[in-house]
Amino acid sequence: MSFVWLWTDIMVWALILVLIGGIRSIRKSEQSRKQWFSILKSPVAMSAAIILSFYLLFALLDSVHLQFSHNETTAENANHAQDNNQGVVSVLDLLLQHLRDQTERTYSAPFATHEYSTSLSYDEAGQVSQIYQPLKFGGQHLDADTTVINDVLVKSVIPFLFSFFVIAVIFNVHLLFGFLKNRDYINYYESQPDPDQQLPWGAAYITLFILIFLFSWFFYLSQFYHVLGTDKVGQDVLFQSVKSIRTGVLIGLLTTLVMLPLALILGISAGYFKGWVDDVIQYLYTTLNSIPGVLLIAAAVLVMQVIISNHSDWFGSTEERADLRLLFLIFILGLTSWTGLCRLLRAETLKISQIEYVTAAKSFGLGPIKIIKNHIMPNLMHLVLIALVLDFSGLVLAEAVLSYVGVGVDPTTASWGNMINQARLEMAREPMVWWSLFSAFAFMFTLVLAANLFSDRVQVVLDPRRSN
Amino acid sequence: MFAYIVRRLLFAVPILIGVNFITFALFFMVNTPDDMARAQLGAKQTTPEMIQSWKTEYGYDKPLFFNGQASGLDKVQETLFVQESLKLFMFDFGQSDSGRQITADIQERMWPSLAIALPTFIIGLVTNIALALLIVLFRGSVLDTVTMMVAVAIMSVSGLFYIIAGQVLFSKVWHWVPISGYSEGWDGVKFLILPVLIGVFAGIGAGMRWYRSIFLEEMNKDYIRTARAKGLSDIKVLFGHVLHNGMLPILTGVVVVIPTLFMGSLIMESFFGIPGLGSYTIDAINAQDFGIVKAMVFLGSVLYIIGLILTDISYTLFDPRVKLS
Repeated sequence: MSFVWLWTDIMVWALILVLIGGIRSIRKSEQSRKQWFSILKSPVAMSAAIILSFYLLFALLDSVHLQFSHNETTAENANHAQDNNQGVVSVLDLLLQHLRDQTERTYSAPFATHEYSTSLSYDEAGQVSQIYQPLKFGGQHLDADTTVINDVLVKSVIPFLFSFFVIAVIFNVHLLFGFLKNRDYINYYESQPDPDQQLPWGAAYITLFILIFLFSWFFYLSQFYHVLGTDKVGQDVLFQSVKSIRTGVLIGLLTTLVMLPLALILGISAGYFKGWVDDVIQYLYTTLNSIPGVLLIAAAVLVMQVIISNHSDWFGSTEERADLRLLFLIFILGLTSWTGLCRLLRAETLKISQIEYVTAAKSFGLGPIKIIKNHIMPNLMHLVLIALVLDFSGLVLAEAVLSYVGVGVDPTTASWGNMINQARLEMAREPMVWWSLFSAFAFMFTLVLAANLFSDRVQVVLDPRRSN
Repeated sequence: MFAYIVRRLLFAVPILIGVNFITFALFFMVNTPDDMARAQLGAKQTTPEMIQSWKTEYGYDKPLFFNGQASGLDKVQETLFVQESLKLFMFDFGQSDSGRQITADIQERMWPSLAIALPTFIIGLVTNIALALLIVLFRGSVLDTVTMMVAVAIMSVSGLFYIIAGQVLFSKVWHWVPISGYSEGWDGVKFLILPVLIGVFAGIGAGMRWYRSIFLEEMNKDYIRTARAKGLSDIKVLFGHVLHNGMLPILTGVVVVIPTLFMGSLIMESFFGIPGLGSYTIDAINAQDFGIVKAMVFLGSVLYIIGLILTDISYTLFDPRVKLS
C-alpha cells in the first residue's frame, strides 16, 4: 500500500494550507477577527458554513489516494479485484467499499427490492416468464412478512441514536474547551467576555445534528438497500453522488486558486502604475472578456481533448488522464474568469492610490512593492473575499452545464454534470427513472444554496456599500 | 456623435485582432493545415505531396505569423494569421466539415435563436423589474425576507433542472405543449412557450435581487427623502424617481446583452431542438468542427463589442451628465 498523489490532490492540499494560513492571520488581526465573528453571528451563515465544511470534508477524504500493490489486492479483496481493477482508490472509496461492491444488473428504484423492469426468466419447469427479478443486494435481508417501510423505520433508530451520541460528545468537548479557556468554572455562564461575540451555537448544533443524522442514516441503510437507487449499469447512485462532491468542490475552490494571482497582480499593477501598464492590462482583459465565456472554454477544452488523444502515451492510467483533464478544466476556467475581479481591483486600487496616506508613504520613499503590500492590499481584501465566495456557486453550477455541452470533466470522472447528462434521456422512459437526476440536483442544490447564503452574509458584512 | 461612434469602432479593431490571435493560436495548435488537408482529402491514403498541393491550392502553405521570404509589408501580410483574420473580418467563415457554407448557415439559424432569446429577454426584464419594484415597496417586511429567500433558492438550482422538470411536467405529464421542435411563423409559438417560460423563471432569482439592490441603493439617497417630505406617495416616488434614476445601472447590465441575443442559448436550444445558433455551436463542439467554433467565437466577440458601444451611446441618451469625449 502506498500513497498516490494526483495533481488535483496536491493542489487541494496546497489550498488547505493556504486556508489555514488565512485563518491564522485572521486570528491575529483584531479587526478581521471581529468581521468573521459578525459573519458567523448570523444563524443562516453559521449553518451554511457548517454545510460547506461538511462538503469540504468529503472532498478532502476523496483527495487522499492509495495504491494497493498487486499482491495485496489479490490476497485481501480478491472478489472485487476484477470489477475494480484500477488499483488507485481514495480513502472515501474505502469508507464506502460496500457501495462500490454492491452493484446490481441494471436500474432499481430507491429502496427497491426488485429490479425496475421485467426480464425474461426460466423457472424450474423450463417455463419462460416476464418477472421483476429480485435485486442481488438491495433489501435481500427482509423476511417475507416485513415491509420495506417498517424495516426502514426500525433501522432508522440506530443512526438517530448514534448521531445524538456524537452531538453529545461534540457538545461536551466544546464545553470543556470553553471552560479550559476561561478558567472561570463557577461563573462560566455569567462571565462571557463579550456578548457581541456570542455565536449562534443553537443553529450550529441543529445543522450539525441534521448532517450527522443524514450521513449515518444513509451510511447505515446503504448496507441493506440502495437508498437512492441504482443507475443503468447497476451502480449505486448514492455512491456516485458522494463521489461527485470532490469534483464540484474542487472546481469551485481550485479555480479561484488559479484565478486569484492573475487578478491580483494584473489588477493592482494596472491601478497603481497607470500609464502603458494600465493600457496593456485593460486591453488584455477587454479582449478576453469579449469572447463569450462558454465558447472560449469550449474552444480551449476542444484543443485539450485533441492534445490528450494525440498523446495518450503521456498518461499512465485512466485516473491520471481523467485527473489531468480536471486540472486542465480548472486552469481553463481560472484563465477565463479572472477578468471580472481584475477590473474591480484595478478600479479600487486607482481610488486608494489617490488617498493621502499612499501619497505620504510615497513621499517617505517607500518602494511600490512595500506600498502595495502594506497600504493597498489590505484594503482590497474584502473585494477578493467577496469575489471568491460569489464565484464558488457559479462554478459549481457551470460544471454541470459544461459537462452537458460536452466540454466538462472526463466522462469517467464522477460529477453531477456527468450524472445529469447520463440520466437525462431516462426521463423519457415510462415510468420515469428520476432518482439519478434527483440525487445529482439535490446534492448540487444543497452545496450551491449553502454557498449562496454564506456569500450573501460575507457581502453584507465586508462590503462597506451594503453594510449601512 | 458620429465622430464618437467612429472612434469607438476604431477602438474595437485592436480588440478584435486580439480575439483573432487567441482563436488562431488555439485552433492552429491542434488543427494544423496538415490536419485540415488530411481531413479534406480523406484520412486513408494521403501522401506528403498531396497534402502539399492541397495546401498550395487553398493558400495554407504560408508561415504562421512571419514570412521571412517576402519583402517589406508582405513579411507580415503574406502569413496565415493575416489571411485568416481578413477572412473573418469580411465575415467569410469558410466551409464546415460537412461542406456547408458557415456564413449562410449562421444567417439562416440566427432567426430561430432570436425567436427564443428575444422574448425571454424582454419578458424576463419586465418581470424582474416589476417584481423588484414590488418588493422594494414592501422593503423590510416579512414579505421582503421571504421573497429574497425564495430568490436565493431559485438561484441555487441548476438551470438544467428547470429545463428537465419543465419538459417532464408541461409536456410529458400534462401534455400542454410539445416537448421539443420548431416551425416558422405563428405555428412555432407553441414550441417557444415552454423554453421562454423556463428561461424567464430561471433568471428571476438573480435578476430580482440585482434590481432590488439597485433600487434600494437609490432609495437611500437624499432626493428620495425630499420627495417623500414634500408628500409624494410611495408609488409616485417609486415610479417617478427610483425607476427613472435606477435606469442607468440597469442600462449597464442590459444593453451589453442585446446584440449577443443573436447567439442564442446553448443548452436551451439543444434541449428543445431549436435549430438556432446555440444548437449549431453545441453540435459543432461535439463533432469537433473547428471551423464553426472559430466562427462563433469571432461572431460572439463582435456582438459583445457592439454591445459595449451601444451601452456607451445609451448612456449619453439617458444621462445628461455624461458627455461624449
